[in-house]
Amino acid sequence: MSTKSNLTVGKVTGIIANLVIVEVHNPVSQNEICYINHEGTDLMAEIIKVMGNKAYVQVFESTRGLKPGSVVEFRGHMLEATLGPGILSRNYDGLQHDLDVMEGVFLKRGNYTRALDHEKLWDFKPLAKAGDKVEAGDWLGEVQENSIPHKIMVPFVFGGNYTVKSVVKAGQHKIDDTIAILTDVKGQEVKVTMVQKWPVKKAIRAFREKPRPFKLLETGVRTIDTLNPIVEGGTGFIPGPFGSGKTVLQHAISKQAEADIVVVAACGERANEVVELFTEFPELEDPRTGRKLMERTIIIANTSNMPVAAREASVYTAMTLAEYYRAMGLKILLLADSTSRWAQALREMSNRMEELPGPDAFPMDLPAIISNFYSRAGFVYLNNGKSGSITFIGTVSPAGGNLKEPVTESTKKAARAFYALSQQRADSKRYPAIDPIDSYSKYLEYPELQEYLMKNIAEDWVENVMLLKNILIRGKEASEQINILGDDGVPLDYHLTYWKSEVLDSVILQQDAFDQIDANCPMERQKYMLYKVLEVYNAEFSFEGFEEVNPYFKRMINQLRQMNYLSFESDEFAQNEKEFHKIIKERRVA
Amino acid sequence: METRAFQKIYTKITQITKATCSLQATGVGNEELAMVHGRLAQVVKIAGDNVTLQIFSGTEGIPTNAEVVFFNKPPTIKVSDELAGRFFNAFGQPIDGGPEIEGEEREIGGPSVNPVRRKQPSELIATGIAGIDLNNTLVTGQKIPFFADPDQPFNQVMAMVALRAKADKIILGGMGLTNDDYLFYKNVFDNAGALDRIISFVNTTEDPPVERLLVPDMALTAAEYFAVDKKEKVLVLLTDMTLWADALSIVSNRMDQIPSKDSMPGSLYSDLAKLYEKAVQFPDGGSITIIAVTTLSGGDITHAIPDNTGYITEGQLFLRRDTEIGKVIVDPFRSLSRLKQLVIGKKTREDHPQVMNAAVRLYADAANARTKLENGFDLTDYDQRTLSFSKEYSEKILAIDVNIDTEQMLVTTWDLFATHFSEAEVGLKKELVDKYWPGKN
Repeated sequence: MSTKSNLTVGKVTGIIANLVIVEVHNPVSQNEICYINHEGTDLMAEIIKVMGNKAYVQVFESTRGLKPGSVVEFRGHMLEATLGPGILSRNYDGLQHDLDVMEGVFLKRGNYTRALDHEKLWDFKPLAKAGDKVEAGDWLGEVQENSIPHKIMVPFVFGGNYTVKSVVKAGQHKIDDTIAILTDVKGQEVKVTMVQKWPVKKAIRAFREKPRPFKLLETGVRTIDTLNPIVEGGTGFIPGPFGSGKTVLQHAISKQAEADIVVVAACGERANEVVELFTEFPELEDPRTGRKLMERTIIIANTSNMPVAAREASVYTAMTLAEYYRAMGLKILLLADSTSRWAQALREMSNRMEELPGPDAFPMDLPAIISNFYSRAGFVYLNNGKSGSITFIGTVSPAGGNLKEPVTESTKKAARAFYALSQQRADSKRYPAIDPIDSYSKYLEYPELQEYLMKNIAEDWVENVMLLKNILIRGKEASEQINILGDDGVPLDYHLTYWKSEVLDSVILQQDAFDQIDANCPMERQKYMLYKVLEVYNAEFSFEGFEEVNPYFKRMINQLRQMNYLSFESDEFAQNEKEFHKIIKERRVA
Repeated sequence: METRAFQKIYTKITQITKATCSLQATGVGNEELAMVHGRLAQVVKIAGDNVTLQIFSGTEGIPTNAEVVFFNKPPTIKVSDELAGRFFNAFGQPIDGGPEIEGEEREIGGPSVNPVRRKQPSELIATGIAGIDLNNTLVTGQKIPFFADPDQPFNQVMAMVALRAKADKIILGGMGLTNDDYLFYKNVFDNAGALDRIISFVNTTEDPPVERLLVPDMALTAAEYFAVDKKEKVLVLLTDMTLWADALSIVSNRMDQIPSKDSMPGSLYSDLAKLYEKAVQFPDGGSITIIAVTTLSGGDITHAIPDNTGYITEGQLFLRRDTEIGKVIVDPFRSLSRLKQLVIGKKTREDHPQVMNAAVRLYADAANARTKLENGFDLTDYDQRTLSFSKEYSEKILAIDVNIDTEQMLVTTWDLFATHFSEAEVGLKKELVDKYWPGKN
């Protein structure tokens, strides 16, 4: 890395919005970071193209007032994340500047704050000892960060093998203090502190292997966990037109999911939605640990009015932070809302550079960029045999709600679970509006996961989930027939088939994200409800005519929904269960 | 804008298109204002010494030897209390015959609020319209458009909402407003005796279209002055954002940019977001709420303008003529206020969320029954009852001429439930039914 004295310097010759052309006569590299000096303020920028002695840079700020001739300093490194204790609970912008310590109500250009507190003392405990053979990502020591044992690792940039020469004793240290000295194979000594840097666009590969994921990741959302489960280390995406509840669903997952750490990348979305996280997370409790949600959360906010170029950076920054914590053997959930905004940022830039456009004017390499990004998620075994995972769920905002657009299609190729939000379900207020028939989870086909579900939930679980899918498809067909032929134009059975699927839809698929109890449904309870629904499905009922079917099932659904609102296995719950059995008995013949 | 002494005057224009011209100039900053042949212009591209200017009022008649003077600053507006009650054009110049504004000069389209300095919106805006207050409650700091076809009375509804909203300042940004609509707003505000808290920036259909690009930034910079410096509750009305976006596409087209969906520039989302995200609630009480109009073509919301808008704004309101009752209603299916969850049942009665959802669900059942009827099928007794419910619900709740408070809306809705349905059919939480079902207490 270059030092301040021998920096490459260039000067601005052209400006088109946030694309700036810099004349430079020394070597520079693609994606190198530079700072443009504008009247005493440094504006951060990244090289995205080089033509002869002209570097095209995208500026992460407004370029208003910028003049040709302004001096540009190149820094000799790519965009980097700063990794060390103290990242949790912070609110960063897309370039990992701490938003809370910025001064003033408005974001000032060039107001770059540091990612970490360099003065804070941490209680360091050594984990490695002199003589240990180590490589990048191996644990040298740990400090307690909120409730997480934060590992201090051999920096990821260290290639090859090292021997630990010394590790400091347990005691209080600042992040810049040297906590270990390693010697490389040539006998050269290197100092290690508690903070390291890593270029965000490169994946951190400090692990031994990446097996197929096999463990269920509970989200508390029935239509996901029961019907189309996501797994630890899995990838999923949620496309949906506006108003179909993408953000509500993502927030629910971020609150409830069974993860050690949740990284939320608010990428080009509404500021008030981020404010909701800022406001609620410090108050809400993690249902599993009883600690405040904010303690396990990192928020990367590049809201839609913040600089466009930093939007792309924000998702990479978030992924890098997730990878850093994964290397500590933790379960990370990474959420990005919405990846379409990131794709649009790419499109704006590609357009300004006058590149030949692909479909819908998006850059040609969009599918490659997306699949490359999704591939950074995953379940891994670390060098020390411990496991860690990044589960990634992104939302996609398809233009015009059309799922045939390039971002949705590219994402579909990369993500293994697909949660299609349906306008029709949203319009009839059937939330969460995940379409149960179009959506899928490839993981359900993994023998590894099937085995896990059969062992941990029930022997017949997978079979029953498949049955649920059938019930839904048959219900849909019956409903279409009834609509075409009329209530009295179809056999009575059609009504029963339809209403049995309605019971499933109302009781399992629909869930009230704003009700304290119903919002989060643990697996045990999901299992209980599934068997209740199957009880209805397997029962044979007798009716005189179709007119009796609708009111009867409405009553039954109402009864089961009341149960969803009550504390599981409380007295009232038991009372309602009895009511439900009474209703079933009224009409059951077999 | 006056010229100052010792300014360098350029007189050699090298390129002229319909909306832009280029010349050789040095020391020019990006987005800086200039005067070309007496017309205002803004720097949009710099390539070495070659500077491209966008001429707001068009380039008709500009000669190659026209005088060009750079102002060394981006577009600005002078802000002070004197703004109240005044009418301005897109450049912030008075059009009401009054004096120039004295005050602090501020750049328009300034930086964004740091998201951690925002407060979560929590103050309800009461409009008396049940289609809004009951089903799509508005909150200060929210941004929401009316998605409307040109023939719908959105200007009337918006003026009504503005006057009932009890804002400290109402700022109207009119883009491509017809002269008639401009006079309509002026009269309504005048008749309501509200003129002293209204500020208007107006570009009418008589003005050049590119000028209107400045209108929202002018309005919102004035709004920021009152919301931040004066801690006031400011309501900004922007009409019509579709015409604003059309102007944007004209400019990007002239700049040879590759168009994306519907001939709109690829940056449309960011451009719209920069405006709408100025809506904010500050912790010290100041707020900016934006109500906008996006006109649709034949109700198509998948067009790039409403589509991008919908992803940015916190909901959208649809107006629809209900043929059963012959009145305009706020469409309960397609309308949505995303921020309503922050206030309903908290700032309003506890039963609000559930009652709202149940009523809309039953209204949807009525729509299904109507489809059945149209397809020639017999209706069940339940279907019949949903139909009579939906008619009364439209008349007593949804129609925009109904003006009642939220509590009354809830009482009315419970009455309708009890008139037409059984408790199980409505399917509400038992504790609410026990408390509010008419005749239970």
